[in-house]
Amino acid sequence: MYESNGEKYFVVDSHMHYWNAAPDNWVPGAEQYAEGWIKCFHAYQGLGPPETHWSLEHFEKYSEDDLMKDVFEDGHVDVAIFQPTDLKEWYKEGFNTTERNALMGEKHPGKFIHNTRFDPRDSDAGLEQLRRNVERFGSKGVKLYTAEWNNGSRGYKLSDPGAYRFLEAAQNLGIKNVHVHKGPTIWPLDKDAFDVADVDHAATDFPELNFIVEHVGLPRIDDFCYMATQEPNVYAGLSVAIGALMYARPQFFARVIGELLFWVGEDKMTFGSDYGIWEPKWQVEGFVDWEMPDRPEFADYPKLGTAGKKKILGLNAAKLYDIKVPDEFQLPASAGTPGAQEVLGEPVAGA
Amino acid sequence: MTVLARGGDPPKPPEHGGPARPPVPPGLLAALETVRDPELDEPITSLGFVASCTVSADGDAEVRLRLPTYFCAPNFAYLMVADAYDAVSALPGVRRTSVVLEDHFASDAINDGVAAQAGFVQSFDGQAVAELDRLRADFLRKAVMAGTDQVCRPLLAAGTDPAALLAMTLGEVPPSRALTRLRERRAELGLPAGDDAPLLIDPLSGALVSADALPLHLRKAKVTRISIEANGGICRGMLRHRYDIPGQGETLLSQIPEEDQ
Repeated sequence: MYESNGEKYFVVDSHMHYWNAAPDNWVPGAEQYAEGWIKCFHAYQGLGPPETHWSLEHFEKYSEDDLMKDVFEDGHVDVAIFQPTDLKEWYKEGFNTTERNALMGEKHPGKFIHNTRFDPRDSDAGLEQLRRNVERFGSKGVKLYTAEWNNGSRGYKLSDPGAYRFLEAAQNLGIKNVHVHKGPTIWPLDKDAFDVADVDHAATDFPELNFIVEHVGLPRIDDFCYMATQEPNVYAGLSVAIGALMYARPQFFARVIGELLFWVGEDKMTFGSDYGIWEPKWQVEGFVDWEMPDRPEFADYPKLGTAGKKKILGLNAAKLYDIKVPDEFQLPASAGTPGAQEVLGEPVAGA
Repeated sequence: MTVLARGGDPPKPPEHGGPARPPVPPGLLAALETVRDPELDEPITSLGFVASCTVSADGDAEVRLRLPTYFCAPNFAYLMVADAYDAVSALPGVRRTSVVLEDHFASDAINDGVAAQAGFVQSFDGQAVAELDRLRADFLRKAVMAGTDQVCRPLLAAGTDPAALLAMTLGEVPPSRALTRLRERRAELGLPAGDDAPLLIDPLSGALVSADALPLHLRKAKVTRISIEANGGICRGMLRHRYDIPGQGETLLSQIPEEDQ
């Protein structure tokens, strides 16, 4: 919970992690990838305020106590959603697995939601694992990293037949939310791995699932925005957007948020800190304080008021995950600014 | 005398007592300035991706490139290394060219493939089915959309009615760097780029933009530009975290006006 200027914000951190990327967890022979991955994450942290930077050693492996303090005690978060990324080709026990997250989360009832993951290339064994994870950890969401390396393969698309089989199975198991994270590799390598067209296909064909495109489709914000406008079940996950831009590049941040408000709308944007890349504290506080610059070049963006910030910081994700939000944090039904589709109407969707 | 040996002023001593660097032959840097990051549509020099570039008295050129992360997309990385190789080896006076991408998960495949002039498919044997021309064209079209915003936004700010843009030709737009760039990108795609060419066209089909489609076209141009520029901002930040020494020909963030950041 965060309170500022007499307003109370219920905070759901919809995208965070509990990883072990220390050398003791590196797969022999794949050390350069394990090291390259975590150093890349660490460089992202460098885009946050200097006083929030960690040493690489601490960043590689933070403790349960660190997480509880950074996220809940200091970070204003009410409920946090673990998003696993296995990367078992590089990390012996995986980077940030469903099990690692959930075994920690189970010690703190009510604080965490344990999402799981799948990889369509794991075939029948993967389906069975998905079923067991949903049963054991109560997962209502999955995190999919399409650029994951698997047995010689460099990634997959959500529109692959194998992926559809898993999406169908996940839906039957009660999964509601699919968090998608694009990465740099995919088969074949001559295609743009960050292209979001496959999410578009899947979102059309699975209208009962919600697709939260993490990092707002970065580095393809433009394609993402256009796609999200046309798909009612596509959401913008703000992890990285706030962390990498709000402090380091405030002008770009304002423009990116403005575009998201225009194309996607405040009802379909969800806050995620991407902890441990960035601590939630400065992101939550900064976002509540943030205002669109009062200059002509920002004038054609929808306004973001307190109601919109409350939705983005927690109420939208609470709806997606059926999180009970106390009355004091709730908004009147009509509060806020309508999303892009209501503003633009048919011309955008039909173009 | 070669282009490379004709360098202008003698190299200046480092300003803050930093390590002295070998002088960069101007012809070599100018050649590398023509190489762009296809996603960011910006020269690899100003982005800071050129770690070093030298040429020996015998004409052996060596270029070392670096990227913001270990996992930057390998297809775009390949294009930059291959383009740098082509640009440098075409210089008069260069006898042998070596372009090396440092600190990247696919460094070996890319460096060996470019050195052997093997093409992308062969360099990534079994992982790619086509060369990268289509990928490059896709991103040139994005550059055209972003450039459309760069050219149109000042016109609109100066009071031009959006509908009037539909009838404008490139020749009617006041000259600017953004306009030159837009013309170049259109020409690369084989789209009309002369004075009598319409300002607003669909970068895929080359067709005129209709009045109905105008608001969406301008909105898409704007979000494309913002997407590319936001990525550029993140890439610069990541690069600085990874390497604290500026690249050859790098435009530092402090040199970019805040309005353009």
